[in-house]
This record gives sequence, structure tokens and C-alpha cells, in this order.
Amino acid sequence: MNREALKINLPGLELKNPVMPASGCFSFGEEFSKLYDLSELGAIMVKAATHEPRIGNRTPRVAETSSGMLNAIGLQNPGVDHILEHELKFLEQYDVPIIANVAGSEIDDYAIVADKISKAPNVKAIELNISCPNVKEGGIQFGTDPETARRLTARVKEVSDVPVYVKLSPNVTSIVDMALSVGDIADGLTMINTLVGMRLDGNGQPILSNVTGGLSGPAIKPVSLNMIYQVRQHLPHIPIIGMGGIATADDILDYISVGADAVAIGTMNFTDPMICPALIEALDERLVEMGITHLHDLKGRAYK
Amino acid sequence: MKNIMTVVAQNRIADKIHEMVLEGEITGSMKTPGQFVHVRINDTTEHVLRRPISIADIDPEHSRFTIVYRAEGEGTRKLSKLGPGDTLDILSPLGRGYPVEQNTHVLIVGGGIGVPPLYELSKQLNRKGVRTTHVLGFNSKKDVFYEEKFGALGDTHIATADGSYGTEGYVTDVIRTLDADFDCFYACGPKMMLKVLSETMDLDGYISLEERMGCGFGVCYACVCETAEGDWIKLCTEGPVFRKGEIIL
Repeated sequence: MNREALKINLPGLELKNPVMPASGCFSFGEEFSKLYDLSELGAIMVKAATHEPRIGNRTPRVAETSSGMLNAIGLQNPGVDHILEHELKFLEQYDVPIIANVAGSEIDDYAIVADKISKAPNVKAIELNISCPNVKEGGIQFGTDPETARRLTARVKEVSDVPVYVKLSPNVTSIVDMALSVGDIADGLTMINTLVGMRLDGNGQPILSNVTGGLSGPAIKPVSLNMIYQVRQHLPHIPIIGMGGIATADDILDYISVGADAVAIGTMNFTDPMICPALIEALDERLVEMGITHLHDLKGRAYK
Repeated sequence: MKNIMTVVAQNRIADKIHEMVLEGEITGSMKTPGQFVHVRINDTTEHVLRRPISIADIDPEHSRFTIVYRAEGEGTRKLSKLGPGDTLDILSPLGRGYPVEQNTHVLIVGGGIGVPPLYELSKQLNRKGVRTTHVLGFNSKKDVFYEEKFGALGDTHIATADGSYGTEGYVTDVIRTLDADFDCFYACGPKMMLKVLSETMDLDGYISLEERMGCGFGVCYACVCETAEGDWIKLCTEGPVFRKGEIIL
């Protein structure tokens, strides 16, 4: 094992390896802690926290699509205070940095949650969720208007004790404009969130009660790779955590090749609950096989 | 939790209904009727969501168990093509099943593809000396399955919605005609059937719900349901079996 080859340092984050579960696909880790040692992970992006508890959307909330899935959970979570007292406390027993996903309906909501959650000892960074497609207010509009995204990011930066990564939505005309709007104030970017989509049943009716949902899984990997590639051309130095349909070690190498610094695993955690530790192992072996000293030796090779 | 099972046998037992017998070590941890397994269709990424399928029969002696499912969509149709020697990746056993309580005589009510988990339940109840009466509802004669298997465990009545077999109508039309003192009822089937039973049966009961699932073990929050107290809880870990009245149907 050549673990040195996988170590990565990003603002606020000392990662043992570049692999972390993506927000919403790992809850707060307790279920997965029964399957493997969470300390093996590079980091954990926990489920979105809002100021008040949220019950989310009505069911059905998920539907499978070709090599992907749609979800419209609607940010169900017990609220930031509960998360601080229970879920984040539970995670303190593990040697793993937590990236707290922060969501809200208004700028003040985001600020309250970011202020509180950034004070938790194991929260090393915030992932600003300006791109949830499944809530009626907030979320998506912050992620589609560059000016609003910039204002929100600036406000959260003011109150947060830890670095702030902005999660970009792919549901925009220009991902580059969105990235540039926050690029000089955010500590990093995570990309991409889900793509808005829908699926019908045999009677021509939408399956999801929310009508539309966020598309994730291997189907979206080409979209994500392109978006990260584009953003990287304009922002050569900003840390980027890439995600979208990662299922193999070679998928991780693709993300690094277009300029991502680290990666998150989403949907495939449902397909194979052991995927994160399996990928860390496989990535390590792949680098040895390729004779690569450090993962980042491959960074950006798609455009270099 | 994750296990590779070997297919021992697979048969079509009614229209689109398939029975698959699987063998593997994990069978030893299957104890409670009403629990389910979460089945991965194959090892490609074309189907990213597993399929929750209830356990119909447990045979710990031979490390085998049986699932019965409807091949309706693309994924389950692929499952139905597996044969002896093929392997299947499952998460198991998941969820909370039916309590097997000591009683004198209980009513077991199943609707369509909700029937399978009731078979293992009835077996375990009979093993305890509990008398079971079964009422099974289907749409049509071509959909009926497991009549003989339930018949071997206790009185079994079939209802079909179109009247092509058994009593014409719904399970409630049969239950109305039964002259017996039941201690409680156990049910699994369409939500409407569970709702009508819960509202009309003057008995304690346990019902098993169905919902589209993502992960199957409490992570994704896809399969939530609302409790009488107004909480939204996860069906995959808190259920799928609930006490009558516990969940708003």
C-alpha cells in the first residue's frame, strides 16, 4: 500500500485519500459505520442541514433511470441543532474530517446554519448547497443566478469558522459564469449537483410526486467531466471536488484528469454500500500499476 | 449485510410472478418473517437501484430461502432470466418483520404480490401452534399463486376482483363471511387494502407496507411514511411491518 500517493491537502481538509461519500448519499454515517470503519474515508460530506427540521417531499421520492436515478427527497433533515447534538457528535469517534452541507430558503437561513455548524470540532469545511433542485424556494435560485450566488457565498464566508466550498448546479446556461461569480471568494468548489429530470410511468404520469427530480449516477458522468474541465480552464487554482457517477477507480482518474483535486461518491453507495473502501483500495492499486508516485501527477492531464 | 447468493431454482408460478430459491450462508441470519432482501440486478451500472423483495420462505437447514416477485419492469425481467448456478448480490436481511406472537387463531390477509412474506409468517405461527386462516386476493385467476402451500397450513380462501376464481370481489368480501374468533390479523398488500382492513377490522393487527426504495438501509430517505404522531420515518428500517394505526395510510 502506497498511501502517500493518495494524500491530498485542500483548504481545511487533510485528506488521507481523495475519496469521500457525497452529501445525501450517506446520511450522517451511522448506518455505514456498521459496514466499515469510517476513518478509512478521505472525508464525509454529510446530509444537508437546514435551520429548522424539514420533512421533505411526499413519496415516491426516487425512480431508477438508465444508469442513473432520480431523487426528490426535498432535504428531509432534523435541523441544525439536532445534527450538532447527535449526528455530528456520533461522528467524533472517527478520525475523518466532516464537510457539512448547508442549505436554506433565504440568505439568513444559510448564515445561521453555517455559523452554528462550522463551530463543531469535526466540521472542517462547509459545502454550500446552492443547487438543490428539489425544494420550492431557495436552493436552486441561488445556484442559477451568479449575482445571488456571490452575495450568498460572501455572507456565509463572513460567519463561517471553516473554509467554504460552493456546490455548483449543472442546471445553468454557463457553468463557467457561475464558477467565476464565486471563484474569488469561495475556498473551493464541489461539482456537480444533480441534473433536473423526470420519468413517467406506463400511464404517462410522472413517477415522482414532486414531478421532477435530480438525476445522478453513471449517466451524468460525461456532463460533470465536461463542466469541471471547462471551469478548470478559467480557474486554474481553485480546489475542486468532483462528483457524478463515479463507480470505478478509472472514473476517479478521469475526474483528476480534467482537473478535480478530490472526488465524491454518490449514487453508487446505494448500488454497492462497500464502494468507498473498495475504491480507495482499487485506486491505490491502480496507481502502483501505472507507476505513479502521487495521484496529482495525473491532475489536469486532459488539457495539459 | 452484502452477500453473494447462488440461484438454486427459478420458476414462473403465475402471470409475471416468479419464485426464486437462493442458497448462501446469510440465510442463517434470516429469522423474522416479513423482512426483505435488497437485490442488485447485475454487476453493471445500468441498474443503480436494488430491488426490495420480501422473503417468502426460509429453509435454514439447507441455507436456502425463497423470494417471489413480479417481473414487471426491465430490471425484474432480467432477474427472471437467471437460472441454477447464477449468482445474485443481495443485502440482507433488512427491515423489521412481523412479531410471531402466541395466539389461538389469527387471520392472515394477502393481496397480490403482498402474499409472499405471509407464507413464512404462517409457517412460523403454525410451528408455534397458532391456528391460521388465510384470505388471499388477486386480480384474476391467472394471478393466483401459493393457494396449495397456504392450504397445507390452514383454511385458505381466494378472492379475485374479476370473479374468475374463488369468491368474486375483494378480501374484505371473504372476511365478512368468516365465522370465527380471531385474536389478531396480519396483512400485506396494496395500500388501499391495508387501509380498508385497518379501518374495518375490530382487531389488533400488523400490516406490511411497500414503497419505492433507494438504499434499503436507512440512508437515502426515499421510503418515508408518516406516523400517527406526525413523524416521518423510514419504512426500510422502522418497517416495513407496522402495528395497525401506527402509520397514516
